[in-house]
Amino acid sequence: MTTPNSWTIKAARAALRKGEISAVDLTMSCLTAMDAGDGLNAFVHKTPQIALEQARAADARLKAGDAPAMCGIPLGIKDVFCTKGVPSQAASNILRGFKPEYESTVTTKLFEAGAVMLGKLNMDEFAMGSSNESSCYGPAVSPWKIDARQLTAGGSSGGSAAAVAADLCLAATGTDTGGSIRQPAAFTGIVGIKPTYGRVSRWGVIAYASSLDQAGPMTKSVRDAAIFLQAMSGHDAKDSTSADLPVPDFEAALTGDIRGKRIGIPRECRLDGIPAEIDALWQKGMEMLRDAGAEIVDISLPHTKYALPAYYVIAPAEASSNLARYDGVRYGHRAKLSQGDGITEMYEKTRAEGFGPEVQRRIMIGTYVLSAGFYDAYYNRARKVRALIKRDFEQAFAAGIDCILTPTTPSSAFGLGEMGSTDPVEMYLNDVFTITVNLAGLPGVAVPVGLDHKGLPLGLQLIGRPWEEGDLLNHAYVLERAAGFVSKPEKWW
Amino acid sequence: MSIDIDTARKVAKLARIREEEAALPDLARELSRILGFMQQLNEVDVSGVEPMVSVTPMRLKRRADVVTDGNIQAQVLKNAPDAREGFFAVPKVVE
Repeated sequence: MTTPNSWTIKAARAALRKGEISAVDLTMSCLTAMDAGDGLNAFVHKTPQIALEQARAADARLKAGDAPAMCGIPLGIKDVFCTKGVPSQAASNILRGFKPEYESTVTTKLFEAGAVMLGKLNMDEFAMGSSNESSCYGPAVSPWKIDARQLTAGGSSGGSAAAVAADLCLAATGTDTGGSIRQPAAFTGIVGIKPTYGRVSRWGVIAYASSLDQAGPMTKSVRDAAIFLQAMSGHDAKDSTSADLPVPDFEAALTGDIRGKRIGIPRECRLDGIPAEIDALWQKGMEMLRDAGAEIVDISLPHTKYALPAYYVIAPAEASSNLARYDGVRYGHRAKLSQGDGITEMYEKTRAEGFGPEVQRRIMIGTYVLSAGFYDAYYNRARKVRALIKRDFEQAFAAGIDCILTPTTPSSAFGLGEMGSTDPVEMYLNDVFTITVNLAGLPGVAVPVGLDHKGLPLGLQLIGRPWEEGDLLNHAYVLERAAGFVSKPEKWW
Repeated sequence: MSIDIDTARKVAKLARIREEEAALPDLARELSRILGFMQQLNEVDVSGVEPMVSVTPMRLKRRADVVTDGNIQAQVLKNAPDAREGFFAVPKVVE
């Protein structure tokens, strides 16, 4: 018999509406799992009092028959979302002690829909990382374990992935700048969607790279992703890049019918050195979609190879500007100063103490590529390459492609401490399949499809047309049903 | 393109991040490695391509130029490491 914390949103929604369980009992079940899950280091600030208060309010709404889909659903919230009166520090020491006086648009919408916040989730510092190891709280640990090693839950939304995969909550929010929802989802065998840029408000989400950042749900099923995304989406006047478009009913789009759809397979994603298992999984995914009546079409996205270097110019450039606000004046950490130190020393010491090594590295790269004399050679060139990457996708879609299928990651989860310690670029390569999607602003979803020979989850990624999250999720739904992925990590924590 | 120690010192200064002299050679090496990775971008023919400025071609919305917020001084100062008499306080700035 499964305990309620392991339910999907869909199952919980039905049970809550039928009165088979109360939101308080469902929340209690998750709080118990959360406390028993400390070994995963997924929750970094717990908010049980807020959770129970929200659950009681949800029960009142359920009783009154005024219960939106997310009413009474216990969630984990990534530490990058500002939550009023609750620590929100993007896993950085520079924001230690910061308690926002305001609520992000995403959490506001979720709370208005009756959702319950269990606490804040671990992540890479300022969402810069692919393993959760740059966190000031120490890394989140994957619930998947195959030997004595601790494995990464991925990054940057590693705490969200670990918490959902280990059933500490029903679902969690994530953010994705280069793959930070999809890569951890793939590593932990869950579903994660990055919506079209502009679909979800960025207001109150601590910024990393503003032209690439987008929030989305991390869930146990494709249907849950549709339900959850619905509640997060919509125009927000407080985010000038938020799209003023109607939000379609994503759940209603899950018809399971993709007959006649054309699925693009980009030949540039056939990388040298990609493990045979990943390639085999990809082939399997193509067969599943073909069996469902879709047509598999070879396509070319010729500038794919340049996505990583373009990203590692553009994202650090935007980060160096966004993170200039952390100066020890208005919030967060301020260094202890010595006799005679002026304001420059205050800035320099505060930022050296408050930012971790990866964040410092990216700020300095960004500072360099934006500095006089290099702006054209690096930043403008990268933005031109970005335009070409986007054009590649536009041409594919214009030629009648509905969806694009790729692997999500070039490997399954690796051990903590095994990657990138000598060369930061090694870690960057994790995002090779996901990063083009952010540069082009497209929606992308990671779906768990199988296990590798070690017994670790592997996922495939589907990329959709802009604003067609419903159609994209429908493809993901077909893939999910065909793959029948039901594996769960065995509890060791 | 490789970054020497002087450039590394200058970048750290521009970024307002204190770096010890002893750490500069490693920093220069690391930044050079990353910039080396970016050199691939030089292979791409970008002639005639406009730099991308926004993901969706959109005109940013305008709103009326009116005050929408205010009278929240206590909230604004709440998280400051040092606030006095309704202001943010910083070390003395004397040129």
